[in-house]
Amino acid sequence: MNGGIQAEGLVKQYGSVRALDGLDLHAPEGQVLGLLGPNGAGKSTLVRILATLLRPDSGHARVCGFDVVREAQAVRRVVGLAGQYAAVDEYLTARENLNIFGLLARMGPAAARARGEELIERFDLTRAADRPVRTYSGGMRRRLDLGVALMAHPRVLFLDEPTTGLDPRGRAEVWRALGDLVKEGTTALVTTQYLEEADQFADLIVVIDHGREIATGKPSELKDQVGGDHLDVAVRYATDLAPALAALAAAGLPEPQADEDTLSVTAVLPGGAGRMADVIRELDACGVEVADLTVRRPTLDDVFFALTRKADEHGHD
Amino acid sequence: MAMTDPGAAPSNLALALRDCAVMTKRGLLRMGRVPDELAYNLAQPIIFVLLFSYVFGGAIPLPGGGPFTEYVVVAVFAHTLAFMGVGTGTSLAVDMSRGVIDRFRALPMAHVAVLIGRANAELVRAVLVTGVLAVVGLLVGWRSHTGLLSTAAGLGVLLLFAYAMTWVGIAIGLSVRSPEVAGTAGLLWVLPLGFVSNGFVPISSMPGWLQTVAAWNPVSAVVTAARSLFGNPLGMAAPDRLPLEHPIAAAVIWSLAVVAVFVPLSLLAFRRSARRG
Repeated sequence: MNGGIQAEGLVKQYGSVRALDGLDLHAPEGQVLGLLGPNGAGKSTLVRILATLLRPDSGHARVCGFDVVREAQAVRRVVGLAGQYAAVDEYLTARENLNIFGLLARMGPAAARARGEELIERFDLTRAADRPVRTYSGGMRRRLDLGVALMAHPRVLFLDEPTTGLDPRGRAEVWRALGDLVKEGTTALVTTQYLEEADQFADLIVVIDHGREIATGKPSELKDQVGGDHLDVAVRYATDLAPALAALAAAGLPEPQADEDTLSVTAVLPGGAGRMADVIRELDACGVEVADLTVRRPTLDDVFFALTRKADEHGHD
Repeated sequence: MAMTDPGAAPSNLALALRDCAVMTKRGLLRMGRVPDELAYNLAQPIIFVLLFSYVFGGAIPLPGGGPFTEYVVVAVFAHTLAFMGVGTGTSLAVDMSRGVIDRFRALPMAHVAVLIGRANAELVRAVLVTGVLAVVGLLVGWRSHTGLLSTAAGLGVLLLFAYAMTWVGIAIGLSVRSPEVAGTAGLLWVLPLGFVSNGFVPISSMPGWLQTVAAWNPVSAVVTAARSLFGNPLGMAAPDRLPLEHPIAAAVIWSLAVVAVFVPLSLLAFRRSARRG
């Protein structure tokens, strides 16, 4: 219990905007917690509070057993933070950045130097280590940023959207680095808007929206919440979307959704593929020209949309 | 790290001093990497020296006599050093917008070192800039007519003023929301401060009410103090206002007062900027 993150009833208000609205969160030691939510859901505010950069208006949070407000300095000694921006000094080299942040994290000069070399090698920055950071690619900067966060052997790592704004290659580079951390059993809280990212790395996923937790669970558990297999029906013409919706409803599928961009209709398929005969018969009866028909396991995207939709409806009651 | 033996651990003060040293080193390393910034720091004053001594020099008669070039070079010193405060503010605002300041804040370091280290590095920059300007001044005919000690004291008054202006820049850089605003806000105070003084023209050429403002302007005190310590023309027949009668004391008091006000203001702005999120 002592090594993880516990937050209870966190509230943070900016003017009329409630960034956090009574958020609870528990991250067990040694696990990677994926914090999933759309822009403005309160992810960054939560990270800033846990990293002692912001004080909550109310509520409490502990990191490794230390209160983030009353024992801020103790928290700072055990956490590493990597933000949305690669917060390293553009004009300094990787080696200088690592060394300076190591010294400021109160490491001895020799220890800082040795740890810096280790991280340069580990994050594959050896050849660029003595070049100013401003000559680096986006992926290299984020890797260095991650290295800086790891300098003082933090027990808990906060990564706020570590891959936002990177091209696919840069993202893959950062993912590889994150994958190693996960294997080592680092306690980490990773915020992301990318569901596949959370799916790949997180032991536990917390979905937040409008500053509240709306679901918590292992990726597989969250998928089960959305209920069973999904059916995607792709049509050739936009005019076929309405009849397709009607056909799925007639086949007894609950709440089918049409997507005009992808020209497809999606619904949960209760009872799995056994219902397919009904579906095909109804589509045929409605005269829908089907381009493609797929049955698949729900993705986290489905989970996310289902959960945020539920939360929105709840909020409007 | 958290496990270090408390008996062997250095004191908080020693650690804070080490943080200041590390932050100063960071500032100096950066300065070396951006030579164009230093060049830009120097380009404007060199142009000012040439412009004022050759273009305007002949047109402005000095009460009390003396060559205009010797009069104006010291004003360019002070003006340049005040302008560097604007640059400090802008670069601090850049650090804020890029999340570097957040990273410092999340470290178990003495946070005040972020600001003190910056101010120290800027002081080194001010020494470099003053040195280069002195050489340019010597080339166009500026001289110090006093002894080594008095000349050193004149440079000291200028550098103390530069240090004070750095803290004004730091406070502004931490209070605004973007580097662009820091630059504009800086010019808003530096331009009147530099020009409504006896730096470039004698006070006696201004309307009466403005003479009072100019006489009490810290830049006037600093410039007059440095001129008297270098033995340069003062540009006035006889000083008749308190700060200009005792320019050295006025310059030192002004600079120390600015430091005394703007260091706490900067710390306050530093703490407050965290809450803006």
